[in-house]
Amino acid sequence: MRFQRLFLACAAALALCSVARAQLTVEITGAGANRLPVAIADFTGERIVAQALTSVVRADLERSGLFRLVDGGSPLSDSATPPYEDLKARGADVVAGGSVATAADGRHETRVRLSDVQKQAMLGNPAYLHSGAQLRATAHRIADFIYEKLTGEPGVFSTRIAYVVKSTGRFELKIADADGSNDQAALASREPIISPAWSPDGTKLAYVSFEAKKPVVYVHDLASGRRHVAANFKGSNSAPAWSPDGKQLAVVLTKDGSSQLYVVNADGSGVTRIATSSGIDTEPRWAPDGQFIYFTSDRGGSPQIYRTARSGGNTERVTFEGSYNVTPRLSPDGKSMAYITRNGGRFQLALMDLASKQTQILTDSAKDESPSFAPNGRMILYATEIGGRGVLAAVSSDGRVKQKLSVQAADVREPAWGPLVR
Amino acid sequence: MRALISLSVATLLLAACGSQPPAPEQNPAGVESRTPGAVKVDTPPVVQVKPEQIDPNSNAALRDPKSPLSKRSIYFDYDSYVVKDEFQTLLAAHGKFLAANPKMKMLIQGNADERGSREYNLALGQKRAEAVRKTLTLLGAREDQLEAVSLGEEKPACTASSEECWGKNRRGDMLYSGEF
Repeated sequence: MRFQRLFLACAAALALCSVARAQLTVEITGAGANRLPVAIADFTGERIVAQALTSVVRADLERSGLFRLVDGGSPLSDSATPPYEDLKARGADVVAGGSVATAADGRHETRVRLSDVQKQAMLGNPAYLHSGAQLRATAHRIADFIYEKLTGEPGVFSTRIAYVVKSTGRFELKIADADGSNDQAALASREPIISPAWSPDGTKLAYVSFEAKKPVVYVHDLASGRRHVAANFKGSNSAPAWSPDGKQLAVVLTKDGSSQLYVVNADGSGVTRIATSSGIDTEPRWAPDGQFIYFTSDRGGSPQIYRTARSGGNTERVTFEGSYNVTPRLSPDGKSMAYITRNGGRFQLALMDLASKQTQILTDSAKDESPSFAPNGRMILYATEIGGRGVLAAVSSDGRVKQKLSVQAADVREPAWGPLVR
Repeated sequence: MRALISLSVATLLLAACGSQPPAPEQNPAGVESRTPGAVKVDTPPVVQVKPEQIDPNSNAALRDPKSPLSKRSIYFDYDSYVVKDEFQTLLAAHGKFLAANPKMKMLIQGNADERGSREYNLALGQKRAEAVRKTLTLLGAREDQLEAVSLGEEKPACTASSEECWGKNRRGDMLYSGEF
C-alpha cells in the first residue's frame, strides 16, 4: 500500500515534469481597433517578486486585445500619487502602480492603485494576501480587477481551460490557467478522450473516454482526482452537457437504437429521454436559463441545429442556411450562439444573434471544431488545424481579437473554457 | 500589431519538479493515470485439429487467413450507412458463425472519417455499426450476442487527409469475445 502511494506520487511528479515541456503558448494574431492605452508601472517592494507579478498583469491585459500597454516609467507604489503629467505625455489614459511587502504571517501583501490619468482620480485600490506560490494567481486577480474597472465586464484571467493533447499513442486531458500556464493532466490514457465539459461550479469535468473500447461518459472531480461513470449503457454514450444548476447532464445514448438525447442525474441515476427522432440527435447544450436544450440533428435530411423546450413541447429548427450546421454553444447571456458551419467545403466558426438570426463567420480557417465561450462572453475558444497540426485558437465575438494556442509537437483539441472563479 | 508573448514557465515548473510539491492553494487538478489493464482473454478450449482441417465454425477459423471469418472490416461510402453488396457474403459468414456459437459475443465498432464535428461523427459511426448489427441479426446472430458502438473519427486506420484514407476510415470493425 505504501509502495503504491509512493508509485502514484512519482507518476504524478513525472506527469508534471512532462507537461512542463508541453506548455501551451499563446500568440496574439489580431487585436481590437480602439485599444485603451494603459501603463502598468513596476510595483515597489521585493524586486523579483514584483516583476514576476507585473509581467503577468501586463501579458493578461495585452492578450485581451482591448488594451495597449504604455511604458509607465519608474516604479510606482500604491501610496504615491501617480505622476499624471508625465503619464499623459507618455500617452497613458490609465495607470496602475502597487507594492509588494511581507505580511506579519510571512505571506506577501500586494496592494494596487488604479488611477484615471485624464481625470487624475483613483479608480480603486484593492489589496491581496497571498503566498509566494500564489503569485501568478494574484497577478491574474489584479488583471481581472483592472479589466472589470475599465470595461464593466468581469475579467476571465483567473479562469481555467480544459483541453486534450494527443501525442503518439497517448491522450491527456489537461487543465491549465486561461493563459496556458500551470497545466496539469487530469487524465492520461492510451485511448481517446473527447468532449470535456465543466460543471457550472468549476469543480468537475464530464467527458467521454474510450478506455473501455467504446465511448463512456465519466464525471471527474478535479480536486480529488476521483471519478465515476455517469452513463455506460449498451451502445455508445457521449456528448455530456451540464444543466445550469449542475445537478443533471444531457447525454447522447444509443441504447434504444440511433443516437438520441437523454438526461441523467450527475451521479448517473434516473435516465430519461428528452427528444425523439428517427435519425441522429446529438451535441445537446443547455441554454443558460435552463429553458431550452439546443442540439444537432439530421432529422431534416442534413445536420442542422434545433432547440427543444426542457419542459416538453415543440422542437424548432434554429439554422437554415447551408447543409451542415453543428455544435451549438450558447453565449453566457443566452443572446447568441456559436456553432460550426460548412462553407464551401470549409468548416468554420460562426456566430448567430438569436433574436435577429443574423449570422457572421468569425474565422478564415477550414477545420474549426468545438467552440467554447469565455465566461464573460467576450472570446470564443475553438480547435482548428494549422499546418496539419491541431491547435487551439480564440477569437472575440466581434471577430477582431485573435489568438493561437499551441503545444510543440503535439495535437491540441477539444477545448472547454471553465466558469468564472468567485 | 503582431506580438509574440511567450508565457512559458517551463523552467519554473521544472524547478518545482525537482524540489517542492505544488502549492496546495493552487488547487491542482488531481492527476490520475489510466492505462488500460490487461485484456481479459476468454477463449473457450480449442479442439486440436490439423491446420488444413479447420472447422469453418470453430474459434480457430476466426484466425485462419483462409477463412472469411478472419476478415473483420467492411467499408462505407461517404455520408452512407448502407452495407454494400460486396460485403454481404462476409457478413453472412459471421452471421452463421454467431448462430453456430451462441456463447460467442461480438462488439461492432463503427468509424467515420475526420471531416466535421467529432460528436456528429460519433453518431455517424454508430449508424454504420447499427447497419452491421441489423444485417448480422437477419443472418442468424441473436440480439444478445451483439453490441454496436461507435469510435467516431477517433481511431483512424489511416491518418492522411485524402480521399483514399477517408475511405479506409469509414469502416465497421467486428471484434469477438476475447478481442475487446
